[in-house]
Formats: sequence, C-alpha cells, structure tokens
Amino acid sequence: MYDVVVVGGGIIGGAILRELTRYRLKVCLIEKQSDVAMGQSRANSGIVHAGFDAPVGSLKAKFNVLGNAMMENYAKELSVKFKRNGSLVVAFSAEDMVTLSELKARGEENGVTDLKILDADSLFELEPNISKNALGALYAPTGGIVCPYKLTVAVVGNAMDNGADLYTNFEVSSISGKFGDFTISSQDGQNVKTKIIINCAGIGCQKIANLAGDYSFTIGGRKGEYILLDRECENFVKQTLFFTPSKKGKGILVSPTVDGNIILGPTAKEVDDANVLTSEEGLKEVQEKASKMCENVPFGQTITSFAGTRAFCDRHDFIIEESKSVSGLINCAGIESPGLTSAPAIAKFVVEKLVSSRIDLRFNTSFNGHREPTDFFNSLSIEQKNQLIKEKPEYGKIVCRCEKITEGEIIHAIKTNPPATDIDAVKRRTRAGMGRCQGGFCQPQVAEIIARELGIPLEKVTKFGKGSYLLRGKTK
Amino acid sequence: MKNYDVVIIGGGPAGLAAGIKAYDYGAKVLIIEREEITGGILNQCIHNGFGLTRFKESLSGPEYASRFIEQVAKRDIDVLTETTVLSIDKNNKTVTAINSKEGIFEVNAKAIVLAMGCRERSKGALNIAGSRPSGLYSAGTAQKYVNIKGYLPGKEVVILGSGDIGLIMARRMTLEGATVKAVCEIMPYSSGLKRNIVQCLDDFGIPLYLSHTIVDIEGKDRVTAVTICQVDQNKKPIKGTEKRFECDTVLFSVGLIPENELAKDAGIELNRLTKGATVYQNRETTSSGIFACGNVLHVHDLVDFVSEEAEIAGISAAQYALNGAKEHDSVDCIAGDNVSYVLPQKIDKNLSGAVKLFFRVRKSLNNCKVKVCVGDKTVIETKKRVVRPGEMEHVLIAEDKIKSLDGNVTVSIEGCEL
Repeated sequence: MYDVVVVGGGIIGGAILRELTRYRLKVCLIEKQSDVAMGQSRANSGIVHAGFDAPVGSLKAKFNVLGNAMMENYAKELSVKFKRNGSLVVAFSAEDMVTLSELKARGEENGVTDLKILDADSLFELEPNISKNALGALYAPTGGIVCPYKLTVAVVGNAMDNGADLYTNFEVSSISGKFGDFTISSQDGQNVKTKIIINCAGIGCQKIANLAGDYSFTIGGRKGEYILLDRECENFVKQTLFFTPSKKGKGILVSPTVDGNIILGPTAKEVDDANVLTSEEGLKEVQEKASKMCENVPFGQTITSFAGTRAFCDRHDFIIEESKSVSGLINCAGIESPGLTSAPAIAKFVVEKLVSSRIDLRFNTSFNGHREPTDFFNSLSIEQKNQLIKEKPEYGKIVCRCEKITEGEIIHAIKTNPPATDIDAVKRRTRAGMGRCQGGFCQPQVAEIIARELGIPLEKVTKFGKGSYLLRGKTK
Repeated sequence: MKNYDVVIIGGGPAGLAAGIKAYDYGAKVLIIEREEITGGILNQCIHNGFGLTRFKESLSGPEYASRFIEQVAKRDIDVLTETTVLSIDKNNKTVTAINSKEGIFEVNAKAIVLAMGCRERSKGALNIAGSRPSGLYSAGTAQKYVNIKGYLPGKEVVILGSGDIGLIMARRMTLEGATVKAVCEIMPYSSGLKRNIVQCLDDFGIPLYLSHTIVDIEGKDRVTAVTICQVDQNKKPIKGTEKRFECDTVLFSVGLIPENELAKDAGIELNRLTKGATVYQNRETTSSGIFACGNVLHVHDLVDFVSEEAEIAGISAAQYALNGAKEHDSVDCIAGDNVSYVLPQKIDKNLSGAVKLFFRVRKSLNNCKVKVCVGDKTVIETKKRVVRPGEMEHVLIAEDKIKSLDGNVTVSIEGCEL
C-alpha cells in the first residue's frame, strides 16, 4: 500500500513526487508511456516566465512568481542547466505600446521585479536581429530558460534516489476504492494500492478524474508546433522574444534554448486528442511569425520540427485542489503555461498544504535533494576526463559525433534513475542523436548499447516504447 | 606528445589514398579513424560498381577499400582507429583526439589533411508535416542496419530523394524481401547516376516519381503511411495530385553535406557553394598547411575521383611538411552561367602542372558548349553532348596557360534544356 500515488510523469507529477520524498512516505509515480516527460513536458518552449502575463489574483500568477524565484536554486540542486536570459515583449504598434504599460502594471502587481519599458534603440542594442518594425518592448530580466524534459527527468530521478518507485507503461484503466484504500489498475492487469491519488496526467487529467468519479472539469488540448534551429545560430537572439499579447493570444516566441539552439513557436490550435502531428500550415505560420519578429531568421539551419499538445481547462486557471466529490484525490489539472515555471511552487503547495491535511508528514532525514549532473563529462577538466577514461574506457569512445557524446555517458543514462530504455530516452538525457545528423550515424550504435545493457535482442529496442520498434527482423 | 609530418583526419577512401601518397613522398604519416576499422562508408557499400575508372573493373565497396588498406599496411603508416578528433589548432597544427586507450591527447603535425567525408542531410531539416514515428531512416542508416548489422529496418518502403544511396537502398531492400512502393524526387531530374536508376529501379520495376515530395507522414508508434504529392516549379505541392502509400518505413536520401564541423570550429575558410573548404589546386585550404580532399571538400559521384583528389592532397601535404610553405600567387575560379560550383576555387600560379577544374551544372542540358574565360577573354571552348546536375564535369587547363593567368577564371556552360 502506497501512501501517495502520483499519476503522470510530467514536470508537475515529477516535482510533486520529489517533494513527497522529503517525508517518510511510500510513494510512486505511474506513467503510461515508456519514459517520463513524454507529454507536454517534452515539447514546450522551456521558458521560465517572469509572471506579468497571468491575471492578478489567479493561481497562475501566484505560482508563476513563486516558481520563478525558486527555479535557480531548484535547477542547481538538480544539476540542470538554467539561464536567466531575460524576456522581451515586443511592440509593433502604438496599441501594443499601451498594452506593454498595462502588462508592466499587472506584472508589478503580481510581484514581478525590475520590469522596464525599452524604446526601440535600447531594444535594437539588446537584440540586433529584431525586426526594424519594432517600436519598443517590455523587458523582464527575471525571465529565464530551462530544458523542460531534462528538469522532469532530474526531479523523477532524484525522487527515485530518495526511495520513490516508478512504473512506466502503466496506462490507468480503472480506479476503485476510496480515500485510504484506492486501487489503480492498468489495461494490462497491473494494480497499485494507495491512500491518496495525485492526478497530474496533463491532457489525461479529465480521464483520471472521471475514472475516480470526479466530473467537475473538462480538459482540452491545444497543439503547438515548433521549429528548432542548429546550435550554430546560438546568438541569433539572446533574450526570449514574445509578441505583445492580443485577444488572439500570446502568439509565437523566438528564444534561445539552454542547450544553445534557437526555438521558434508554438502555434496554438485546439485539438481533440493528444495529437502531436506537425502540419504544413502550422510550420508555415511559425516561419511567417518568426520572420515578423526578426530579420533574416536562419531557417536554412532548421534541424527539426515538432509539435506538443498543452492541456487547458474550462476554468481558465490552474486547478490545484483536493476533489470536492472524491476525498483523497488531489487534482493538478489544466496546468498550461506557466506550468513549467510554477512546478516547484505547485509541488511545495500540494504536499505542504493538501497532502498534509490528509496524512501526517514526518521529515525523511535521509532525503538528499542533490542530483549528480548527467552531462558531467563535458564539465570535467582534461585531467579528470583522462582519469575517468582510465577507470572506465567507455568514456573514451565517442558515439554521437555531432554532440560528442561518449559510450560512457549513454551507459550512465541507461543505469541512472529514471533509467533510459529506448533511443529517444537516451537522446533526451544525453543529447546523443540530437545534433545536426539527427541520429543518422549513431542510432544503430545507441540501439546496440541499449540492447547490451538491458540484455534484450536488438529487435526489441524501440524508439520510444510500445510499437515504435526499429527493426523488422534479420536479413536473409 | 606525438609528432608527425602529416596527420590525416579520417581513414576512409580519401584519408587512405592521401596517406599512401604522403608516405611515398617521404613523410611520417598518421591516419586517425573514428570507426573500428578504416575504409569509411565503403565498408557498408557492398554493391559493386566501384573502381571502374581507376582499376577498370567493378569492385564492391569493401573490395575497393581493401586495395588501399593493404597498401597502407605495407607501409610504415601509423593508424589510430576508434579515435575521434575533437579539435584542430590551425596555427600550431595540433590535433586533439580522444580514445579509450589514451584518453584525450594531442598530436603535433607539420601538415594536416582533412578527410572526414560527408553526412546525409537529415529528415528533420525538411519540415515534413505529420507525425514523427519510428521507421523514418536516412538511407545510409538503413544501409548500415542491413549490410553491417544484418537487420531489416522494414518491409514496405517509400523512399524520398533519388540520390545514389537512396537508389542503391531501393534495390538492396527489394533483394532482402521488402517491397519498395515508390521513390520520389522533388526535382524534375534524379541527382543519382543514370546507371543506378536503370540497375536499381527500372530493373526491379520500382516507380520513380519526379517532381514529387512527401507531404504527410502517418503513424503513431511506427509509420503506417505517407502521402506524396506533385510539386510545381517552385517546389510547392499541387493540390489534387496526392497519392497515399501504406508503408512501415520511409528512407530519406535527400543530399549529402561535407562534414566540416571540425574545420568550422578551427576557423578554416569554407565555401558557401560546396560547403567544403576553399582550396588551391593542390587542395591546400586558405589556412597554410591544412589540406582537404574527398567528400569533406565537395561531394563526389564516384570514389575513384575521391582517390584521385586525395592523392593530390597527400603529396601536397608531404611537400609542405618536408619543404615548408610556399608563397601563393593566385586567381579565383568562378561559377558562371548554369554552373553551381567550380573546384578548386583558387589557382596558384606558382604551382606546376595542369589544373583539372571540376564543376557541377545547375540543370540538365544537351548539345552544350563549355566556356572557360580568363577575365573577359575566352581561353577554352569545348563541346559536351549531355550534362546533368548529378554528374560532375571537368575541364583541363594546360600548364602553360596557368603561369600567364591574368584574371579570374570563369567556367560557364550553355546548351538546350533537356
């Protein structure tokens, strides 16, 4: 019997799981995919928002500003790269300039510090590639960037190091029982028993709530398409650039990523399911809008395009509360933007305020919130690298030539919590296959390393679990 | 610290040929190769057709490579395998590399030859709409799975791009029992060799759709179908021409790009048209003592031409290492009408010997006239029956003309569009 089961391995579920391991509780995370960070925590912009966007008094505003302030230490403790690169909301009309003043006032009321309105000259000085049609911008120096899936992998990994269990490929098909004695069952007959359920299933939140008997909210999906540019474009923009929000929404952004790529997107199209298809119109829209924001966007350096689906709910704010109809079910639903930013603050609130009202929390004195970096190899000195290669020769063997990732790092990703068991999981943890050849050279080698380390035949290795097999058997 | 006259980065066909010639000239040579064995991409090219020009016989890739590997083995040339070069210092000519035995180490050279080859353009760069399931491979990756690892990536295949590797893989997958339903090519012509279209597609009844591209990919876990569509002159899909094919595999053969990350990081001047280094006719780059040859310099049609070019670079690198740097006095070579690039990009008048100017055309033409002008004076005019973008052309400038070059050299071609 678990004390708490968290449903959904995204950043919210992961951050809550980790927060729970600070206490003497038996906890686990269940995830329907083969790895964590497979939903909206995989494909989003990776922005740590300053907090001027959300309406005053909303949960979004509250957790955004709190989360933003926590993120630096949070990422540091988990050895995840975070950069406070600053955000710019760019105005292209006199009307936009008025909106900027409103945003600034709203931000200040939300508790965002150091907001400043820049004139066009100061803006061009900060961002030389910005469109000459720009008239000014709201500058938020507290805005930042973080890699959403690396942060998710890190929080789950750290929670596991502190005793949490992880069940992947566990798609919930039924929930029975009540507070103190729930049974969660999967389609393929696995069961877990728990006193409390925390529903962090993203786009699946409504389904999980419904299965438990709570019909109080509806969740929709909003698809966003992105284009990613090569790291050679690293300094194309330094700050995260937003359009001035209008009634039509926030529009697309142009931003560096913490890994040095440039990300363009997302579009926003409502969809019925967790559809992550890119579309010709969507990608065209990203290109057109990015070209409106910046001069000479280097589209020739595109290395990939992708789509993610963000959940949004009919209440237009985060739902973070214990269900009114099902005791012991805590819903964290409709966590759209700024969910990533808010995650550390939401996790703290859920555990300290909601879980604690149901079970007594006693500190786990052996909790260690520090996680060793997984990409430590590149930060070592040459002497340290050589010492490591002497002990573990696999660190001397480059597998991914574009990102210069060694076999040692890939083995480390397979053996470290949460273990990588497929090609894409290795890629998210190590960047092997994420470079300009997109795995063309290294995929067969990565597949062989996975097969060897997991003791499975090569045909059983998948790209991302389930039916995403790589090979259809041996040759004649 | 290890010291060599010539350090060659890459042990594929270019690196091997350069190494042999540099050694024979008298240089102490090291070849650095990242794979377990030398031979490069030839090791997975088990089809024949290699060596027709050079050896007057049809060899498989491994056979062609072995002729050079044997020659290297006969000489006192050092070869480091499973070793990846991390960086080059172009001024000190120091190469930093990593392997499991020695860790990270430096090698000093008097001259360096870049012979890293090329890589396939990835599907990611194409912005094709739809899902991103498993089963999308570059043709070269599929070739590695089939020919080296002994596994079949899929059984029902659509191929995008009619480059040579795509054509070769259409045949290879068919021979392994897969059904290749279509090869589509966005251009109105194939970029592959004519003989490959005949031997790999026509002989197996595989349809080639010219002026077609993939507009949609379906499938959640594994690809289940693709839709192809005809494109107009601006490569924009024409509505109403869609054709859908159910398949479990899509292979991409959409171009090769010289793998010049090392050169770029080292600050070696690269050419926008070839995506390789800018070189003189001895294949020296504009960074003194750094040479380049093979597919890292420009993408060749035939390995025979890679070997020929690498031998030039190998000898030149050895001469540089043993005799020191020479002053350059050069003119530029310029791509004129209907020509997409010319190589070498510079002719050094102080160097002896005739110069073979390689060039590629922009479109297929017949009854053509090739013109070489120096300044605005035409110095060479020859006829060609047919030229195609998929096949490299060349024109020879005699030694006596080189010394007296008094302006930039422009290569242009005119003819009737096919």
